[in-house]
Amino acid sequence: MKLSELIHGPSLVPELTATDRNGVLRELLQSLADQGQIPADQVETVARSAITRENQGSTGFGKGVAVPHVKHACLTKMVATIGRSSHGVDFAALDRAPVYTIVMLLSPADAPEEHLAAMERIFRYLQRENFRRFLRQSDTTEAIMDLIREADESSD
Amino acid sequence: MATRMCRPDHRRGETGLSDANSTVSCEIAVPNKEGMHARPVMRFVDAASTFNASVNVTNISGRNERVDGKSAMEMMLLEAVQGSVLRIEASGDDAQSAIEALSALVVSGFSDGFSAKTNAS
Repeated sequence: MKLSELIHGPSLVPELTATDRNGVLRELLQSLADQGQIPADQVETVARSAITRENQGSTGFGKGVAVPHVKHACLTKMVATIGRSSHGVDFAALDRAPVYTIVMLLSPADAPEEHLAAMERIFRYLQRENFRRFLRQSDTTEAIMDLIREADESSD
Repeated sequence: MATRMCRPDHRRGETGLSDANSTVSCEIAVPNKEGMHARPVMRFVDAASTFNASVNVTNISGRNERVDGKSAMEMMLLEAVQGSVLRIEASGDDAQSAIEALSALVVSGFSDGFSAKTNAS
């Protein structure tokens, strides 16, 4: 699986306006809806699922990254987007540090294996200190997608 | 069906470690339908982190990559779906207790609040 095929480029938000966790989740979902990746009338439903999920346990895995994710019956295909915050957002991360890069993954309810494969790919890249640093520094959609394509090319 | 098989490794003979630092390992299948997704990973890492022993996990049904059981980011690489067999290894003075606790956690479906038959979200 290539991350560049999972991440929907036009839905990227290179500079998030929202400054709090729930606002960031809504902003990313709205961006996906604006680009026709999820039904516009489902943004609030999916946002509530994402917020509930975060309240059960933060997806802020530390090192400045969070990977909020939702499996929902209203989603017919897997899609992901990335938001970047230069100020940092409090995601109640494991290391308590602010989050600068938010990778949001949406999956249909009945595809757990695909979901795990996508998560593996996302974390494979986020493991790399260089990838995290360059991602945090990339302030345009093009720069982010170039970085992801480069990472895809250097992976198995 | 979950399988559980715990056994002491005999690596201490090779490594020269004392009994207190023996490695204990266990192979166990992931029972829950959703596999080892983020919440189970967090629970596992939280539990593993309460022990002094080092903990490593390999998905022997997958790509056989050995990861640090105390790192959530590394554990997400296991891609352990329902039925995947995990090899959990612990080394250190409380390795046996770590293996017992961690294997029980996996058997329980990671205390996910759902049974193995439930379509968890």
